[in-house]
Amino acid sequence: MKFIDEFRNPGLCDSLITRIHREADRNITVMEVCGGHTLALHRFGIAALLPPTIELLSGPGCPVCVTSRGYIDNAVALALSSGIVVCTYGDLIRVPGSALTLEQARAEGARVKVVHSPMQCIELANKDPGYQYVFLGIGFETTAPASAVAIKTASAMKMDNFCVYSAHKLMPPAMAAIINAGVRVDAYICPGHVSTITGSAMFYPLVEKYKVACVISGFEPLDLLLSILMIVRQIKEKKPSVEIQYTRAVKPHGNQKAQQLIQEVFNPCDAWWRGLGILPKSGLTPRNAKFDAEAKFSLSTGEPADPPGCRCGDVLKGIVKPVDCKLFSTICNPVHPVGACMVSSEGACQSYYRYANS
Amino acid sequence: MQTPDKILLGHGSGGKLMHDLIENIFGKYFIDNELASKGDAAILPFNKGLMAFTTDAFVVQPLFFNGGDIGKLAVCGTVNDLVAAGAEPLFLSASFIIEEGLEIAILEKVVASMAVAAAEAGVRIVCGDTKVVGKSQCDKLFITTSGVGKVNPGYQEIVSRIMISPGDFVLLSGSLGDHGMAVLAARNELGFASSVKSDCASLNKMIQPVLDKGLNVKFMRDPTRGGLASALCEIVQGQPFGLVIEEDKIPVHVSVMGMCELYGYDPLYLANEGKMLIIASENHSDEVLSILQQTGEGKEANIIGRVIDQYPGKVLLKTKLGGNRYITMLAGEQLPRIC
Repeated sequence: MKFIDEFRNPGLCDSLITRIHREADRNITVMEVCGGHTLALHRFGIAALLPPTIELLSGPGCPVCVTSRGYIDNAVALALSSGIVVCTYGDLIRVPGSALTLEQARAEGARVKVVHSPMQCIELANKDPGYQYVFLGIGFETTAPASAVAIKTASAMKMDNFCVYSAHKLMPPAMAAIINAGVRVDAYICPGHVSTITGSAMFYPLVEKYKVACVISGFEPLDLLLSILMIVRQIKEKKPSVEIQYTRAVKPHGNQKAQQLIQEVFNPCDAWWRGLGILPKSGLTPRNAKFDAEAKFSLSTGEPADPPGCRCGDVLKGIVKPVDCKLFSTICNPVHPVGACMVSSEGACQSYYRYANS
Repeated sequence: MQTPDKILLGHGSGGKLMHDLIENIFGKYFIDNELASKGDAAILPFNKGLMAFTTDAFVVQPLFFNGGDIGKLAVCGTVNDLVAAGAEPLFLSASFIIEEGLEIAILEKVVASMAVAAAEAGVRIVCGDTKVVGKSQCDKLFITTSGVGKVNPGYQEIVSRIMISPGDFVLLSGSLGDHGMAVLAARNELGFASSVKSDCASLNKMIQPVLDKGLNVKFMRDPTRGGLASALCEIVQGQPFGLVIEEDKIPVHVSVMGMCELYGYDPLYLANEGKMLIIASENHSDEVLSILQQTGEGKEANIIGRVIDQYPGKVLLKTKLGGNRYITMLAGEQLPRIC
C-alpha cells in the first residue's frame, strides 16, 4: 500500500463515475470548502467527468485567499524593519499587499525566509539571538497545532526572540456564514485535513440548522468521487448527515491532543475573512502576549480594500466562478496576480487558470 | 499589481517570469538571429561544417547533494545543452567565482569531480578563469561553463522547431524530478532523510547512437529548471500545432511522487539534470526508444505523447482518470537555486 496509486485506480474511478451519473437525478450544488479539494478536482480533471446536474462551487478554504491585505502589509513592514526576520510558508510570499508582496519586499532587502514548519523558525531564531523572528501563522485547524507547538517550545526554552503573527482561522463559522449570506449550498465536501484535527462533530450544527449534506473527504480522485456519490445519496434519501469518507485519516473525535494544544495556546477571536467580513470567534490569537506579534509590535489591523474589479471575495463565497471575474486571465494571472485567489496553488482562480478544462 | 521592477528569485525559475525577462531585456538589446532562435545552443558555420556553442551558469546550493555536486552539474549541464542541439560535445571552458573564505579542500573536491565528469563524457576542459569576491558577495562558489561541439550532419535544424509536425511522437528518456527533490533533501529542509538521488548525468553516450543511425529526430531539449511542463510549453509557443501528453506514460519514481504529494510539488515542474525530451517522427520512434532503453541513462525512457494539429500553442494532459487539462508554464519560483 503506497497510498497514491491505489486511490487513483482508473477502473474504480470509472465505476464510481458511472454510479454518480446513474444516481444524480436532480440538480445539486456542492461546495468544496478546502482549496486542496479545488486543486485536486481540477488537477485530475474530475469536474469534467461529472454529470451536468452536479454544480461544483469553490469555498473559502484556502488560507492564503481569505487572509487580508492588511495582514500582508504588516508582514511586509515587519520584514523591512531592522532587526526582524519574517518566516513564512511559501504560499504567502507572492500574495499582493497594498504596495508590495513579501517576495518583492525581499528584493528590497527585507528579511523573509521560507520555511516548511514553524519549528524551523524556532531553530533559526535560536541560532540567531540578535534578531527577532516572526512566524506568519496562517491556516485553519490543520496548521494551528504546529504553531501551538512552536509557541510552547519557545516558552519552554524561555526564548524572547520568537513570536507568531497569527492569521489562524476556524472553518465552521465560515461555512455557516456562506449559507447565511444567501448562497445556495446543498452539500459540503468538508475539509479532510481540518477534520483530522477536529473530528466530525463540529459539522453537526451545520446539518441541524441548514439541512446541508456533509461528507468529509480525502484528496485523491477515488476519495472525491466516493464523497460526491455519498452526497448524492444523502440528498436523494433526504437524510442530510455528517459522514466520513476519509476514514483512513479522520476519526469522529479527531486528534484530541492537537485540539488541547490549540486551546492551551490560543484564544478564539473575531477575524476578518475576504468575502465574508468579520466573523465572530472565527480566529485564533496567542494567549501569551509575549508570543503574539500583534501585541509585541503593536500592529494595527486596518483592512485596505481589494483592488478595483477584483472579485476574490465573491469567488470565495461561491457567488461567482473565477471565469466570471473580468480580471481573470486578462490582467490577473499567476505571474501577475491581482487577487489572492490567483496566488495560492490552492486558490480557486489559480486552479481554474492552470487546469482549465479544454 | 503592476509589473515588478526589481529582480525577484522567481525570475530565475525557468518559468514565465524568466521568459518575460529574456524577451523584454535581453531580447531588446541582443539582436541576433541565432540568439532569437532560443535553442539550447547556437549553431554556427565553422570550417565548412557547423559547430554548436553554448554557455550556462551554476549556482546550486548546497554545493554537494546525493548523486552529484556543482562541478559535475556544470559539466553535464553544458554537455547536455550541446547534445540537445544535435552536436557531439568536444570542448568546455570553466569560470569560477569563489567567495573569500571557501575551504580549498572543498574547491578541490568540486574541481576533481568536474575532471571525472568531463572524462566520462569524453569532453576536454580547455580554458578557464578564476575570480575571488569578498565574504558574502557570493554564496561559496558559482561556476560558469561554456561548450562547443560539432553538429552531427543532418541535425542542424534540431534546435529550431521547424521540423516538428503533427503525428510526431514525444519521448522522454526517464523519470521526472529526481534532481529537484535530491537538492531539496540535501538542504535538510524536508525534516527527514531521503534516498532520492539526482539524475545529474551527461547524455551524449545515450543520444549519439540515435544520431549515428540517422534516425528522424526532429527536436530535443533537456528539461532542467521549470521541468518538463515548461519545456513542453516552450515547444508549442506560437506554433501551429499542439501537444497531447499522457500522464500515465510519464515515469516518476515512487519516492519522488511521495515527496511531491507531501510538500505539494508537481513533478512536471521539478528540475531534471539527466533527462532528454525528444520529438521524433512516428515511424522512427520505436527504434529511438529501443536505443535509449539500452543505455543506463535511458532505461526508463518512454513515449509520452504526440504532436497534434488541434489545440495550437497548447499542451494538453490526459490525466490517468481520462480527464483532460492544460499544462501551463511555471509562474514563479517553485524551488530556489536547483542548478
